[in-house]
Amino acid sequence: MTGVLFVLITTFLASAVEAIEMVTIVLGVGATRGWRATLVGAVAGFAVLAVVVVVAGIALSQVPIGPLRLIVGALLLVFGLQWFRKGVMRVAARGLAGIGMHPEDEPPEWDGVGFDWTAFVLAFKAVVLEGLEVAFIVVSFGANAGQMGVAVVGGVSAVVIIGGIGVVLQRLVTRIPRSLLQLVVGILLTTFGTFWSLEGLGIEWPGGDASILGLLVLYVATAGTYITIERRRALGFSPGV
Amino acid sequence: MERIWTWPIAFFRFWYHFIIGDDWTVAAAVAVGLILTALLNGAHVTAWWLVPLIVIFMLGLSLRRAGKV
Repeated sequence: MTGVLFVLITTFLASAVEAIEMVTIVLGVGATRGWRATLVGAVAGFAVLAVVVVVAGIALSQVPIGPLRLIVGALLLVFGLQWFRKGVMRVAARGLAGIGMHPEDEPPEWDGVGFDWTAFVLAFKAVVLEGLEVAFIVVSFGANAGQMGVAVVGGVSAVVIIGGIGVVLQRLVTRIPRSLLQLVVGILLTTFGTFWSLEGLGIEWPGGDASILGLLVLYVATAGTYITIERRRALGFSPGV
Repeated sequence: MERIWTWPIAFFRFWYHFIIGDDWTVAAAVAVGLILTALLNGAHVTAWWLVPLIVIFMLGLSLRRAGKV
């Protein structure tokens, strides 16, 4: 039961981070350039995504669990470390402050003539790329934990809930404290990535699955230490550390 | 002709950013750590501690480098 809940929460949080990015871009493009082409682009993106997920799911089911754990564990580890690092830097710099859209995501004004392919491509790209990351998180967590159904529920509910929140709170969606969410998910991805990649190599962890909690505590303590160091460095207390 | 290369380039960029990100040394260190762990495990040496150690060390090193940029 604990394992099911853990997979559900982890896939939900990890997918929520991607969904926030996806929804932020789609909302920003739609609000700036109009909703027709934006929504057509988003729907087309989901259609392509569905096909890719089905094909990838079938392909992944043919791979033996050991190599699969090693590959997805290593991918989660290197990807999770990027978020771990960015999360530490952002929380150290801005605490729980949210972030808005990146300037490069803001399209130029649309003159309203013909079909807005720029809005279409931006929305399509956001949905396909961020959706692929959600799909990867769901497939890897589901396959490794043997809880594909739970992982799908976590991933899909994250996209639906964040999407719903985005529709209701359009103006506030870009102010969600993503820095903290990114740090938490980065730690979780790094924890699972470490555990699964070594399991894939045939390593036996002391304590079995309980080692996941040990790794989690270790990485949370590491995050706290590095956030403190980064803050002290920013304030000039410890130059060069 | 340029359009033919748009999707492969985008595909390569996606995986490059997914795996490498903005600090290639972290991904390289993780890869080296996994290889060393496999070698040590093959020699019947307990090696589960190596990758977590590399993770903590490389995270600190990467943060330190980013702070100097």
